[in-house]
Amino acid sequence: MKKITRPVGWPILIGLALLLFSSQAIAEDVFQQQRHELVNLIKADVEMTRDFLGQGALDERVLDAMGKVPRHEFVPENQRSHAYENRPLPIGYGQTISQPYIVAIMTDLLKPKKTDRVLEIGTGSGYQAAILAELVENVHTIEIVEELSRQAAENLKRTGYANVHIRTGDGYYGWETEAPFDGIVVTAVASHIPPPLIKQLKPGGRMIIPVGAQFMTQYLVLVTKASDGKISTQQIIPVRFVPLTGTH
Amino acid sequence: MTIKPSFSLLAAIVIISASALAYEILLMRLFSIIQWHHFATMIISLALLGYGISGVFLALNRDRLVDHFPLAIMTNLLLFSFSAPACFLLAQQIPFSPAEILWAPVQLLYLCGIYLILTLPFFFAANVVGLSFYRYQEQVSSIYAADLCGAGIGSVGIILLLFILFPQKILTVLTLAGVLATLIVSSYAFREQRDNMKPWIILSLILGLAITFAPADFIRLAISPYKSLNQLLQIPGTKIIDSTSSPLGLLSVVKSTMTPLRHAPGLSLNATTEPPEQLAVFTDADNMTAITRYNGNPETISYLDQTTSALPYHLKQPSNTLILGAGTGSDILQANYHAIKHIDAVELNPQVIDLVKEKYADFAGHLYDRANIDLHVGEARGFVATADKSYDLINISLLDAFGVSAAGLYSMAENYLYTEQAIQDYLQHVSPGGYLSITRWIKIPPRDEPKLLATVVDALKQANAQPPGLQIIMIRSWQTSTLLVKNGVISTEEISRLKQFCNDRSFDLVYYPGISDQEVNRFNIQRQPYLHQAATALLSTQGKAFIEDYKFNIEPATDGRPYFFHFFKWRTLPEIASLLDSGGVFLLESGYLLLIAALLQAILASLLLIALPLWLGKSKLGITNLSGTDLHLPEGRQAGKSDVKPGSGSPLRILVYFFCLGLAFLFIEIAFIQKFILILHHPLYAITVVLSTFLLTAGAGSQVSKELSSSAAKSVIILPVAAISLLSISYIMSLEFITGFLLQTGNLSRYLFSILLIAPLGFCMGMPFPMGLAKISQTAPALIPWVWGINGCASVISAILATLIAMQFGFTVLVLLAIGLYCLAAWYFPESTPA
Repeated sequence: MKKITRPVGWPILIGLALLLFSSQAIAEDVFQQQRHELVNLIKADVEMTRDFLGQGALDERVLDAMGKVPRHEFVPENQRSHAYENRPLPIGYGQTISQPYIVAIMTDLLKPKKTDRVLEIGTGSGYQAAILAELVENVHTIEIVEELSRQAAENLKRTGYANVHIRTGDGYYGWETEAPFDGIVVTAVASHIPPPLIKQLKPGGRMIIPVGAQFMTQYLVLVTKASDGKISTQQIIPVRFVPLTGTH
Repeated sequence: MTIKPSFSLLAAIVIISASALAYEILLMRLFSIIQWHHFATMIISLALLGYGISGVFLALNRDRLVDHFPLAIMTNLLLFSFSAPACFLLAQQIPFSPAEILWAPVQLLYLCGIYLILTLPFFFAANVVGLSFYRYQEQVSSIYAADLCGAGIGSVGIILLLFILFPQKILTVLTLAGVLATLIVSSYAFREQRDNMKPWIILSLILGLAITFAPADFIRLAISPYKSLNQLLQIPGTKIIDSTSSPLGLLSVVKSTMTPLRHAPGLSLNATTEPPEQLAVFTDADNMTAITRYNGNPETISYLDQTTSALPYHLKQPSNTLILGAGTGSDILQANYHAIKHIDAVELNPQVIDLVKEKYADFAGHLYDRANIDLHVGEARGFVATADKSYDLINISLLDAFGVSAAGLYSMAENYLYTEQAIQDYLQHVSPGGYLSITRWIKIPPRDEPKLLATVVDALKQANAQPPGLQIIMIRSWQTSTLLVKNGVISTEEISRLKQFCNDRSFDLVYYPGISDQEVNRFNIQRQPYLHQAATALLSTQGKAFIEDYKFNIEPATDGRPYFFHFFKWRTLPEIASLLDSGGVFLLESGYLLLIAALLQAILASLLLIALPLWLGKSKLGITNLSGTDLHLPEGRQAGKSDVKPGSGSPLRILVYFFCLGLAFLFIEIAFIQKFILILHHPLYAITVVLSTFLLTAGAGSQVSKELSSSAAKSVIILPVAAISLLSISYIMSLEFITGFLLQTGNLSRYLFSILLIAPLGFCMGMPFPMGLAKISQTAPALIPWVWGINGCASVISAILATLIAMQFGFTVLVLLAIGLYCLAAWYFPESTPA
């Protein structure tokens, strides 16, 4: 019996493996295509919002990064089919990853340069860190929920972002040994901006904080430290909307 | 010969009606905990359509069921008993996540699933009452009276239970109540049929007792992972160390052993200190506040001087202050930090006080027992109305948590704290030279703050003391804004202190008398100095035009329309809708839209439920001509036993009559609940007292209506309708006077007077329904279950519609509409059979 099944069984197995392989490749192609469309969508949205962002287009590098990072690798299996829709997605533990449009704007507002050191508080699934890793040499990220931190580390390793340094713990005091930073992203909700983080921002550095509940970013706070150390904030809504039109 | 319902059956109806109403309120509480308040409203309103479905079901199966009346009643009682907890547990297993509803269409399916499941218990309860109506056609008023009295008892009972037990535990109490009702009828009314049901009843009793005495965590609440309690619990080292529950909410105290909580909303960017150790307190798994460890050393709480709400303490040293909404004590700590000699503090929820004053008193440094603090349990507005003192500072800070405030979820809740009349009340209690200080969350684009400004400016204009522009100061950080209203003209000394305060903390000036455009929007830069623009516009002669042009509703809130959080404007909807895909969700004032959605779904479902039996069961109901005046005999029925006699009026007339009644009853009830919240101060007690008085007196009215029903003349309906109209109109006209008068009197007399005022109105309102039913029972008894369903559907629509009308047009219009509906009903009163 064994002798008969082998020759029949093997080709089927190989065929299956090939099918799996090719479907994987096809899926990657589909994802690539979807990612491309998403980037175009973001471009169009930014175009419409140009007055609010003070610019007509996002940095090409940011858009490139959005086009490269495989978002589907950073969402749970059951959300993969939605990975390239322009919407926030649940990643478990009561956490979400932001709408790609918001991620693009947040990243752009940091004005990242290749040589920058960037700190992220609230790694989540690691998607924002991956985007940053495409743009700067050094990304440091802190996540307080152990399980999320572990998953993010896996995701980042699998997708090859070796320049992201991840730590599990409380982000309130930043990452003292690696400070100061050119940019800080605070994605974890806080009742106030932690003073230690402001301290770890380089003069001329920028910090970005999305404000709002899960699935709903209300506005972005951009904290800038002038070269003389003076702090100011800007509150930016990510859409073109003025509460008043007309003569006022 | 008339068949009379036995006393035990009436008792069972009282119990099942009480349980059904209790279940309704209980579900509101439970869903407010596991989801959010506004979805609770939506879910319950649709679940109540179980009454409508029951109407259809009974209309189509009435005779089969009446033939087995005892069995049907007992079965439905038992089914209610067990479906009440089971359906809730099942419903909370559905992974419905309201926050995702705009992103993921599958959420709508989940929502429908929850609706369907929760409809069941109401369906069973309604079957019991509806079937009894049909069985005892000539005694409808007694059954209706039992139903109303039951509901009245239920409304008081559930509030009491919510004080004693955790809400999830009360589910089992309802099971026991249902089993008890079954026991009663099986022992007395249906003694002959007891034998076939006996094993079931015994089994139910055992099961009921078993789940009642099962361990407390037998029923666990599946709280949404996106509520802030669950978010905090994700952090290692956090755990719930205490939970207490009352009708005002479920309080959970969370301790974090590894990561400090550091709750300090609105902290200045220049702050270098952080808060001492804290315990988090959540209300309904959301709305986080904190109990701060205090050892009496003010230096440890210096962070509280780094928020916008600290401003008044820097302009002038107040000798006494009134804090409205003391909560877990951070405003009191702030006042203590500034060494205020005497502090009066008011807090609505006694369990919150208990946490700080008793359970965690050591932790909080016995803050509430300090000699300079007088703590009052009560509602803020009511406290101010009866206070005979004046204060150098009255402080209202961030009474609602940011999340709730930001998502526009409060829009349909009336709020008497921020109305023109409230501001006037507060200002009357501010001593000359003192301040009223109101701190709110910053929202972008601004909504609360311009509305508050508009309300304050209007209140000041009416007080007519000084030009409002000379009395107002406003500042903001990136997170909070503080508005000061001075009882007097702001001095140059105060202005220079104000500038110093803001400079030190990088807060922005929004308005002070004499401000220039160059001084605004310097530290926390908004695209335009929105609030400054709003303040200058509202203080100018352009105020009205500004409010008109603004894309959100910022018209001043008044006691007549106390919807401070209603910011929605239809005009803006298309613009916002076009931005939803690109991150514009936050612009949507979802609370109001959900109310509209709830109304639409209730109307659709009602149409279906009311029209369905007409379509499907025309012949069964004996209707051949919908608009005609006659109903015809169903085929194969003998004339003597017929259900429908000729000349009983078209079903459309009957439909209009009962639909109008259903709408009008709740219009008046809701309008008076809203009004009496102001008089009775406490929203919870107001609702309980008004609701139960209405229901109980209406029950009495129903019982008495028998006398009137015996008259054949159509005109008898005019009597109660005229009385309702007269009473309501006289109340509307004198309400301001009554309110003013009652607010001066003591607690007991306020409640007594309120009951005395409501009782006659409720009594009359209990009459039209059984009178109409009595008429139909003579002419077209087949329609009784259907009519019962119509009344249920109308009530659901009414509850939502009443809120929308009150928001849009105010209470007076609501009551006038109700009177109109009663008159319309009187016009369509079912006609008698010609003798």
